[in-house]
Amino acid sequence: MLQKRIIPCLQLINESLVKTIKFSNPGYIGDPINTVRIFNELEVDELCFLDIRATVENRQPNFKILAEIANECFMPLAYGGGIKDAETAKQILSIGFEKIVLNTAAMKTPNLVSEIASYSGSQSVIGSIDIKKNFFGKYLVYINDGTQKTEMDPVLYAQKMQELGAGELLITSIDRDGTWNGFELEIIKKITDVVKIPVIANGGAGSLEHISDAVKKANASAVALGSMVVYQKKGLGVLVNFPDKIELEKVVA
Amino acid sequence: MITIVNYGMGNLGSVLNMFKKVGAQAQVSSDLEVIRKASKILLPGVGAFDTAIQRIHAVGMKEVLDHKALEEKIPVLGICLGMQLLTEGSEEGKLPGLGWIKGSTFNFKNRIDSNLKVPHMGWNTVRISKQTALTKGYEGEIKFYFVHSYYVLVKNENNSMMKTGYGVEFDSAVVNDNIFGAQFHPEKSHKFGMKLFENFSKL
Repeated sequence: MLQKRIIPCLQLINESLVKTIKFSNPGYIGDPINTVRIFNELEVDELCFLDIRATVENRQPNFKILAEIANECFMPLAYGGGIKDAETAKQILSIGFEKIVLNTAAMKTPNLVSEIASYSGSQSVIGSIDIKKNFFGKYLVYINDGTQKTEMDPVLYAQKMQELGAGELLITSIDRDGTWNGFELEIIKKITDVVKIPVIANGGAGSLEHISDAVKKANASAVALGSMVVYQKKGLGVLVNFPDKIELEKVVA
Repeated sequence: MITIVNYGMGNLGSVLNMFKKVGAQAQVSSDLEVIRKASKILLPGVGAFDTAIQRIHAVGMKEVLDHKALEEKIPVLGICLGMQLLTEGSEEGKLPGLGWIKGSTFNFKNRIDSNLKVPHMGWNTVRISKQTALTKGYEGEIKFYFVHSYYVLVKNENNSMMKTGYGVEFDSAVVNDNIFGAQFHPEKSHKFGMKLFENFSKL
């Protein structure tokens, strides 16, 4: 039987690995290359890298760092951040990444999702949706690293991304990012109920129980881990780690 | 020298990276002269069946590949779409495949429980159905990373090297003498994939 994927989702700012809390206050974690070597040893399922400031700082992806990562990693790799056109996406694919994560660009130029999907297949495009509840308890989609609110409903937007050709969705809760408080299960469930493509739950993982909830209660196909895999515990120092695989299998089986 | 045939489909960087890692000499080429001199061939591939077959025909590569695989009998490994191309044909397209392995490529859709997502994407286990030079050194649970919407079934069980279940049981690796195919991505499968590439490079 297919195993649920548990994916370290790592934040980059150019050449540094960082971790934010609610999309703010990026704390320095370390050098990405040393970190991926550790994840290689730990044989994690997959890795996702997001340069969280590339778009807002109007930077290109850091191809040099991405090439170094691809040379070290023998697992599926996804990258997002600063990808505005198909040419850039192709360059990242040719380096050895197989998934392109689109967030702000997908909102601004939806056709880019279709363009990349028709070039390298839907499985190579992850539609990334950052969400946050407003004052009235309604979820809205945010872009530009959470700095710009849109009026888009996440459930409708998820369906739109699927229609455009995204092969997977990364749903990130801005309010839960870095909090260790668990995923926003309700909205993730609403999305998994209406789309056919796999959904990766992101933002809030703090325990095995949270991972189990994302899979069992919200029907996520995969779970992204941030703080949990770069810190020892909540409030403690940096420690690159991964939950015990046997324990993990027990909670997601 | 292992020649990774570049017919414009797929992720060649990571395949090359992994050969480097296991200490094998490999090069990427689309040049027929280079392919003629290859001592081993790797057929990569991501994309559509007919597009791939058309590209192979368009540059006159089919005859060269047939000669290397069937006459010279050098080791050949097809990965993902590269393995599906080894079969006689696919539901994804209309054109015949290379036909080096008797069998066909089928669509998961309408054949498996609709709750199962297509593509079959992620890590899955395999069972060795035939011991070959490529299955040497595997112990315990063996798993690989898969991404595919179509699956292969061989006609002759003797051509099945590994089997995997995803709604249906399919042939996740195939073999016919010097010709091998893997539906999964060894280049993305940690030590499990490294072992396979190492075994292939030692042939």
